[in-house]
Amino acid sequence: MSDQIVTHTDVDVPAVFTQAQLEWLPWLEPLPAAELTERHYAGLVDPSRAKSPYFMLLARDPDILGARTRTDKDIFYNPDAGLPRAERELSAAATSRLNGCIYCASVHSRFASHHSQRTEDVQRLLDQGVSVDIDPRWNTVIEASVALTGIPLEFDTGHIERLRAQGLDDNAISDVIHGAAFFNWANRLMLSLGEPQQKAGA
Amino acid sequence: MSHHPTDVIDHLVGTQTGSPLDQVRQHRQQARINAQQSYLALFAPATPGRFSLADRFALAAFVAGLHRQPAIADFYAAGLAGQQPATAVAPAISQAVTQGLTEGPYGEFPAGPLSSEDQDGLVYTVADELRTTLGKPLAAAFDHAHMLVFHPRDARPAHLQALLDAGWSTTEIVTLSQLVAFLAFQIRVVVGLRALAASPAPASSNTTEANA
Repeated sequence: MSDQIVTHTDVDVPAVFTQAQLEWLPWLEPLPAAELTERHYAGLVDPSRAKSPYFMLLARDPDILGARTRTDKDIFYNPDAGLPRAERELSAAATSRLNGCIYCASVHSRFASHHSQRTEDVQRLLDQGVSVDIDPRWNTVIEASVALTGIPLEFDTGHIERLRAQGLDDNAISDVIHGAAFFNWANRLMLSLGEPQQKAGA
Repeated sequence: MSHHPTDVIDHLVGTQTGSPLDQVRQHRQQARINAQQSYLALFAPATPGRFSLADRFALAAFVAGLHRQPAIADFYAAGLAGQQPATAVAPAISQAVTQGLTEGPYGEFPAGPLSSEDQDGLVYTVADELRTTLGKPLAAAFDHAHMLVFHPRDARPAHLQALLDAGWSTTEIVTLSQLVAFLAFQIRVVVGLRALAASPAPASSNTTEANA
């Protein structure tokens, strides 16, 4: 049997950027749970991810999924030096806002709010877009993420100097770079392999 | 390419062992190792299957070219040459890049308040004369990659249907999507770290790091 697109009817598509929890519906058939092998579990990294249609679709190529997940976790969760977690999430949210990934932006704006306790500032990024004026330090992190997302890539030594002027050391600047770069990876998968849906009753 | 650099990002950035940038990357050792493991999973897979190494390198050279990164495009074109010396695909990639160059990200949002941010842009398909050289599956992959690079928010099920129609399986589409999306990451890390290396911190600010 040849492979097919998965179609969803009556999808309640979110029409704005939101910090609410969303669902994600795959357009291709995730790997059936019965077909999971040791190699697939190794790729999923966390066995609980076998419940997620997104990770079960990506598990069809477990080696790249496993390496991608470990890259992701170190960029965002490693507490050693670098940028505070809230601002790593800010770079992810700004990147997702510019690329137009409503699902990714929902998750990482929520994390940015949780870690900064600045829910309203984060919401202004979602509502007004990446040209929003929040404060000099956040503006500079957003500006750097934008310069690393649009093509042509305009990120240069001027961005490094402006980040330094806001108190970021080289480890923190590297975290901004990796946070924005990683979401250029994640956005493209989430946008092209499925779609977001508002949770029923939300 | 039978020989892969120990760390492709360091290779493309030109990171010197023991340099400040080397020390910065050591703070995210798992990200560094797994960015390389990601590269190897895509360009030196245990079993490439029908998505050949030559096609993987060709697609990567196209994606790097669309990002206007000639040194990175050359790196992947060398990988292609290692698989297929003197292939007609190499000049076809250069032509496809020239025809596909634009600025992004653009595209449509779901209808509603965000529609005011909708932005038109090039909807690229490989030109007929190049389609024959690339072959049907690789040409379809180029069409898809252009959308992913410049206007991913325009992605629809019909784009995946076009890949299925060109002979790609569900699992191969996952690998193809990962390859293009990974490059979007790798290229940006290289561009970002190059700028960081080119703008050394004032001497005072890194003294504590040296002993960390």
